[in-house]
Amino acid sequence: MKDDLYRSMKEAIIAGDRVRAAALAQDAIGSGVDLLEVIEKGYVPGIQRVGELWEEGEYFLPELISSAEAMKAAMSVLDPELARRETKARTAGKAVIGTVEGDIHDIGKNLVASMLQAGGFEVHDLGADVALDRFIDRAEAVGADLICLSALLTTTMINQKRLIGLLRDKGLRDKYKVLVGGAPASAKWAEDIGADGYAENAVAAVKLAKALAGRG
Amino acid sequence: MIEAKRPKLELLDRPFVDRIVDEGMTLLERQGVMIENPEALDLLGEAGADVDRGAQRARMGRPLVERCLASTPASVTLYDRSGEKAFVVGGDQVHFDPGSAAVTMLDHETQEERQAVTRDLVDFTKLVETLEHLHFQSTGLISSDVPPGASDAYRLYVGLRLSTKPFVTGTFRVEGFKPMRDLLAAVRGGEGELRRKPLAIFDACPSPPLKWSHLTAQSLIDAARAGIPSELISMGMTGATSPVTIAGTLVQHVAENLCGLVICQIASPGAPVIFGGSPSSFDMRKGTTPMGAVETMMIDAAYAQIAKALNLPTHAYMGLSDAKVNDPQAGLETALGAVLGALAGVNVISGPGMLDFESAQSLEKLVIDDGICAMVYRLLAGIAQRDQPIALGLFEGFTPDMQFLSHPHTRKFYKTEHIPAGLADRDPYDAWVAAGRTSIVDKAHADVARRIGAYVEPPMDASLRMEIESIMTAYARSQGADHLPPLGI
Repeated sequence: MKDDLYRSMKEAIIAGDRVRAAALAQDAIGSGVDLLEVIEKGYVPGIQRVGELWEEGEYFLPELISSAEAMKAAMSVLDPELARRETKARTAGKAVIGTVEGDIHDIGKNLVASMLQAGGFEVHDLGADVALDRFIDRAEAVGADLICLSALLTTTMINQKRLIGLLRDKGLRDKYKVLVGGAPASAKWAEDIGADGYAENAVAAVKLAKALAGRG
Repeated sequence: MIEAKRPKLELLDRPFVDRIVDEGMTLLERQGVMIENPEALDLLGEAGADVDRGAQRARMGRPLVERCLASTPASVTLYDRSGEKAFVVGGDQVHFDPGSAAVTMLDHETQEERQAVTRDLVDFTKLVETLEHLHFQSTGLISSDVPPGASDAYRLYVGLRLSTKPFVTGTFRVEGFKPMRDLLAAVRGGEGELRRKPLAIFDACPSPPLKWSHLTAQSLIDAARAGIPSELISMGMTGATSPVTIAGTLVQHVAENLCGLVICQIASPGAPVIFGGSPSSFDMRKGTTPMGAVETMMIDAAYAQIAKALNLPTHAYMGLSDAKVNDPQAGLETALGAVLGALAGVNVISGPGMLDFESAQSLEKLVIDDGICAMVYRLLAGIAQRDQPIALGLFEGFTPDMQFLSHPHTRKFYKTEHIPAGLADRDPYDAWVAAGRTSIVDKAHADVARRIGAYVEPPMDASLRMEIESIMTAYARSQGADHLPPLGI
């Protein structure tokens, strides 16, 4: 019985079916099963499979985003109930994310934010054209593990480097893992500017974030 | 004599064109467009649009849109710096210009992209001046050695110093318009003359879906009032910022561009407007915007057809590539786009020289692409009947050992019927090996140096030179630069 429920949840995520993913979450609440187990055994295997399908070249961005949104729909049903029961879903970590100042491109950043959230991170998305101080202020305020910086322009990627300098100046560099992404960024760029990592797509970003946050 | 037929590509049947236009106009009427510019909203309100100031949204009915379409000229004529040479942007005329506003330069020696500086902008402008199939200059490179705040006008300033061709350009900031207009007016000999003989086109891009930003709406208003043609650059990305279907993206394209056209016309009725764009087939794997995708070119060709049905001049970003270096991909995407754009009768085709999703320029590619444009113009010239009868006369007194090579008919027509090879390799294999197996990129690199070396600066009155220099210096100073980098011409 429970296995059927979990399989349906996994399938709903793989299919990117928001309505069904949320309805199944509601069913789970009604039936009184352990909600943490629901997440771990129902939904998480779904999003993991989606990551695999992406890596196999089977899934493209529309599937990826639909699945991330289905995951979000399920969690938005489960979260209030978890809070009411005074339990908390295990988070993979806390991430502050945004596109750096001077740059208004946010498609790539949104993808990564969605996938991080689907991957179990508590995501604080600051949007696009974000002043560098705001990344740090928010990271300090929420106790973030990761700061994720997107830049789509060669002219704005320099702000990824500036943020790392800013963290150093404030004596906060070792407190956060800094991830960089975006069209002009590369593993070499990340290394050159002293970032902790670079990922070339949203699925790789989640893997990297999990490895760096060390909670997952 | 039978005239040459102008070869023509039309991707849509007329009822499909009408349906797309109809849906575009319905979008303007129902959803309207967000316009983050108070002056544009005021003008639209006065013109009878339904304006929601809180939401910064204007809904415009068909009578308004149709009135504005009727007041938009069907063609725009640009003039070179001398004011003598005219370029009609309309009908099925085709003019190529380099893809504009690249932030990097592909360095031939290192084969790496790097930030461009004044030196590159100078070489770029000189080179384009020598390329006969690129009718217009574009302010094609952003110099990183001037403050970003002044870089829009700076590109135009350097261009006007070094070139006589008309320009495709645009503002990066609202404040950039005035110095840019002043530069153009100074060169033309006054604002009235500039209005009479436009020297530059200003690009303005809506932000998909269905939005015009403060900067771009202001550019439309300012340009319209100065009589400067605005090029409307709608740029939906299929499935990301516009509908995934090509026809769906065309509907949004029509709505966004017509909104821009309305802003121009209500700011100044009769203002010159070019229906352009830079849409793309969004890559669902990489999240990138390939300009070399065939679907991107199909969107371009189709909106050009739609614009023609609306009796408007047209523009597209075609004849460029997403390749990072001058490899086979660069050639095939560029040539495919240039050919399709020209067959579709796109009036202004921006693309040559450009690589890497509109972000890099290559001097070598400019030279190679000029050769592509030469082939395109030959294709457009079509097949004409030169003789009556066509060939029977040649065969009178035919003998099996007849020689065409030395025939007067051959000498009379070979240069009109056929164009030179340019940089394309046409050596027999052994000759190619003996000549060092040179690639087209190597030949292009040598040609770049030869052309830049042979470039002669077009004369400019000392007083005019000082005038535009002082306009530029004042603007640069307002942006925190005490002096301009030396041009080192």
